Amino acid sequence: MPSSVPTKRQLTPNSLPPGKGLLAWTLPVFSTTVGSKLLVGVTGAALTAFVIVHLIGNLKIFSGPDSINSYAKFLKDLGPLLWIMRFGLLFLFVLHIVLAIRLKLRSRSARPVPYVSEATIQASVASRTMIVTGLAILAYVVFHVAHFTLGWVQSVEITPGIYTNMLDLRDVEGRADVYTIMIYGFRNPLVSILYLAAQGFLFVHLSHGVASTFQTFGANSPRWQPAIRALGWAVAIFVCVGNSAIVLAVWTGYLKPLI
Amino acid sequence: MKLFLHVWRQKDRTDPGRMETYNAEDISPDMSFLEMLDEVNEKLIQEGNEPIAFDHDCREGICGTCSLVINGMAHGPERGTTVCQLHMRKFQDGERIVIEPWRAKAFPVIRDLIVDRSSLDRIIQAGGFVSVNTGGAHDGNALPVPKPNAETAMDAAACIGCGACAAACKNASAMLFVAAKVSHLAHLPQGQPERSQRVKKMVEQHDQEGFGHCSNQYECEAACPKEISVKFITQLNRDYLRACVSAKD
Ligand code: HEM
Ligand code: FES
Repeated sequence: MPSSVPTKRQLTPNSLPPGKGLLAWTLPVFSTTVGSKLLVGVTGAALTAFVIVHLIGNLKIFSGPDSINSYAKFLKDLGPLLWIMRFGLLFLFVLHIVLAIRLKLRSRSARPVPYVSEATIQASVASRTMIVTGLAILAYVVFHVAHFTLGWVQSVEITPGIYTNMLDLRDVEGRADVYTIMIYGFRNPLVSILYLAAQGFLFVHLSHGVASTFQTFGANSPRWQPAIRALGWAVAIFVCVGNSAIVLAVWTGYLKPLI
Repeated sequence: MKLFLHVWRQKDRTDPGRMETYNAEDISPDMSFLEMLDEVNEKLIQEGNEPIAFDHDCREGICGTCSLVINGMAHGPERGTTVCQLHMRKFQDGERIVIEPWRAKAFPVIRDLIVDRSSLDRIIQAGGFVSVNTGGAHDGNALPVPKPNAETAMDAAACIGCGACAAACKNASAMLFVAAKVSHLAHLPQGQPERSQRVKKMVEQHDQEGFGHCSNQYECEAACPKEISVKFITQLNRDYLRACVSAKD
């Protein structure tokens, strides 16, 4: 018959008093402005890394159909790993947006009576329009996924009178013909203008975002600031020019379909 | 000089407030901005009207009491200057000048151009101190402080707590104020024991007061009459990150 008196066994080893556990310890990161901004920065930096890798993948179109189609097959063949990456990306994206919007709403309510006359001294236009450019990117990403991932937007007429869904196109080796899909995609002027506009928004967003992330992480300093700003512009220009080049190459006929 | 003033008038905390116009005549270019307002008030009193209420104390740029937003700029157009040290020669004859109070939820207007800044005091109470027993005076060199640290701490300690950073910030964030106070103590040996807790508590209190978040636009730095650098916000972010990942407490 065990005794009802508390025994030493009932104490969990290496434990903390209530309210001091892991949850209470990490919660301030989500609830405070500095913590939330840190998470916006972490997710923003991860999204930026994704955008760069994605662009490098896209640029394979310039080295021919085999290059980009085999890269696409490589990604497809990752199978479950690809799905883990997709959900990871979605998670980062949602967290970035939700926290950024929450911060924005918070700061809007922090000044209930606006200034009659308001001057701006050194805040860049990009830094003041992050929410606008961000929401434009959101709208674009939804369209982009519907267009190239789900194939909801366009069908193509390869042989006259016969329309196929873009995603059903196959190359000679039976792989998804991403090369042709992209070219037919950007041959539509409306679609390609949308893509170019989105690159503009992304450019503005990144022109503040990348350098800002360093400040958020506490990795800025008067000595490093010029270099960090230059890096921010370099990333923004690289992403914008790289992606736009594909659209423009299709427009000018530099990139042509094989069929 | 002759000036056309548009001034925010608000009877008390509950009054919605409105802009009113006044003409300031025979203003000497050598007057400070506050002396110009004194002149306007003299006239208002003589005419039997309520004078414009505004905050001021030392009038030599060290107490941080004066607090006016002039033409949309906290402490007016001159860099590194409190409004009490701003002179009328910086304006043009016949200029139209808009004068408003600090605008933030955490700075409620008490009357006209005077706001309640006790939110900043509560942020200090949350952690802007060191808990040490005072005893006999230490020997001056018993606690070595490297010269660069002393300089940096002093730069941060130049903050006079006026609240211009929050007034100028597009998000009404007082992060430059918090950063200056956190960095000041973070650069001195006395500040080390409570360094982690301090930054967490002060940020928490800052948020509770209803200030916005820092979005790295640096309007605060441009407005600060003591030219406190945003590098102290970098320091705050670094200390906050460290406090969050440290396994202590
Ligand atoms: C739905 C789309 C998006 C929205 C609504 C959005 C919104 C925002 C907002 C409002 C900020 C500023 C946070 C602040 O300073 O208050 C921000 C920062 C940032 N965003 Fe986005 N964003 C979006 C997509 C993206 C994407 C796709 C990327 C990457 C390619 C990105 C990268 C960044 C970066 C690097 C920052 C800087 C974080 C910092 O200052 O620490 N964002 N975003
Ligand atoms: S009145 Fe003291 S700083 Fe202006």
